[in-house]
Amino acid sequence: MLRKSVREFAEAEIKPKVQNMDETGKVPMDILEKMAKLGFMGVMVPREYGGLGMGHIARSIMLEEIGRVSAAMANTLQIIHLGISPIVTDGTEEQKKKWLPLLARGEKLSTFALTEPTGGSDVMGIQTTAKLQGDEYVISGRKCFITNSHLAGVLGIVAKTGEGTKGLTAFVVQSDFPGFRPGREENKFGLRGCNTGELVLESCRVPKENVIGKEGDGLRIALSAISNVGRPGITCAALGIVRSCLEEAVRYSKQRVLYGKPISELQGVQWNLTDIYMDYEASRLLTYYSAWLRDKGERCDAENAMAKFWAAEAAVRCAKKTIDVFGAYGCMRELAPQRLLRDAELLIAGAGTSDIMRLVMARKALTLA
Amino acid sequence: MPPVNSIVCVKPVPDPRRWSELALDPLTKTLRREGIPIVLNPLDKHALEEALRIKERFGGRVTAISMAPLTASESLREAIAIGADDAVLISDKSFAGADTLATSYVLAAAIKKLGKFDLIFCGNQSLDGGTGQVVPEIAEFLGVPHVTYARKIALLDGGIARVERAVEHGYMLIEARMPLVLSVVKEINVPRHVSLMRISEAMQAEVRVWTSRDLDVDGSRIGLFGSPTQVADLFLPVIKRRGEMLSGTPDTVSKLLIERLHELGVL
Repeated sequence: MLRKSVREFAEAEIKPKVQNMDETGKVPMDILEKMAKLGFMGVMVPREYGGLGMGHIARSIMLEEIGRVSAAMANTLQIIHLGISPIVTDGTEEQKKKWLPLLARGEKLSTFALTEPTGGSDVMGIQTTAKLQGDEYVISGRKCFITNSHLAGVLGIVAKTGEGTKGLTAFVVQSDFPGFRPGREENKFGLRGCNTGELVLESCRVPKENVIGKEGDGLRIALSAISNVGRPGITCAALGIVRSCLEEAVRYSKQRVLYGKPISELQGVQWNLTDIYMDYEASRLLTYYSAWLRDKGERCDAENAMAKFWAAEAAVRCAKKTIDVFGAYGCMRELAPQRLLRDAELLIAGAGTSDIMRLVMARKALTLA
Repeated sequence: MPPVNSIVCVKPVPDPRRWSELALDPLTKTLRREGIPIVLNPLDKHALEEALRIKERFGGRVTAISMAPLTASESLREAIAIGADDAVLISDKSFAGADTLATSYVLAAAIKKLGKFDLIFCGNQSLDGGTGQVVPEIAEFLGVPHVTYARKIALLDGGIARVERAVEHGYMLIEARMPLVLSVVKEINVPRHVSLMRISEAMQAEVRVWTSRDLDVDGSRIGLFGSPTQVADLFLPVIKRRGEMLSGTPDTVSKLLIERLHELGVL
């Protein structure tokens, strides 16, 4: 029922706007408002704070269905969940009461900012600093490639408060705090209609009570949020793309007549279709298996990474094959395949590249014998 | 206006997006629908939406009912997710094989058991059977008026419903006293999207099941035995399209065209 309802929503509300999003790069705020009303932002927020507490499998179903129509929209939504999650997992009671109902209703949008010009996966290399002055921290630095940079009203931001693995701290920053402003907005070749940009913090003053967890918990909080929420979110968007590739390629091959019969009857085309089909099922199993582990509360960083690696790589591979099935039509801006390929490429970079996923998986693989 | 209690009759039908997989069974003269997912009859969603809008305006309750196999409880749960306060599935092996008459007989019996109602909403016809007969039949069994093809409904003081009934090139304006059975067309409204809040509530909601024992029905008037309709034949219509080019000056072509249309019996 969840899948059906989200699919109906995505087809009725998002699909008609996908082409325009791709052409203009603009975020359709009206769709976000509708999503908020239906509770999409609060899917993981506990019920006592105004959310639905529906868990990772439900979230995955929702994001897959949105990603099937628009990976850009799925990514916008999943990053909202990412921004909310540190408050859910590590926030104080006051923080939860203050922000979660608001975020669950979608009155404020969210994001989580870790990446800096020096890199994202090299967490220890970040240079944004936070210095305690009286009851406030003064944060200075720049964040880049931040999804929802220009939309978010309540942001999770990681800054250096010391040295070493205990030298990072996560803060809740509101976009109306003095010294905070969004910087440059990026012009991407894929996931267009999903906002990515810079955040600038110039002596931004943040109350002490906005520290998430304790000072020094930033690394753990960031890595956990990214592994359990951000990475799976990208995985689901990628799974949605693969699903879309399957449907597009199968539909087109049955319609397109060459040599007197639909090209779906040509074995060479069928190989492409079955490859996409296999990739869809494999990605799907990994995606929902890891979601199931998270719902059980198990640590599953390797499984999250494996699902992300497979689904994102599959999305690129399948989009390419879909273009192959379409021939020249696949390269036309009016048709989906070329957009699927551009969107898929962006998902490789988000929440850790495929190489980083291999590193994460290796940590577990090396314990297996 | 006092609160308005509505009953919405819904029917699970095969998903229209998968109709290419439907087959006709020449022996039983029925549709083979195994393996095809079931959805709520699209017009029934408009019926439910209208009932919900009236409830939101005037208060009252909305109850969804369906006579269908037990698997239909999912469709009724969906009706709850969309907004119905509760749902009753009327299901019994003895109801199987019912035609529209036996179906509306049972639905009317269930509606009587539900008690007092102001409005009964239905989709104007089902996507699969498409007879549009059940609605007037329910009204007859209940002894209340009905209006089909409703495209706009306004409730007036004194328990009167003013209904625009769609007809070709316009509408009829009908006023009828409630309780009243209404069947709606898709122009009446745009059904809402289901919120996650409602879905999560519906997951836990109870769908009551009534069997023939729960209803005051005559065993000879239900199911296959209570169905006077006999399907003589069931076939896929073959639609042959033909193109014909007429040539000449506009005057001769239009004359030729008129002649051809007369020959074909179109004019």
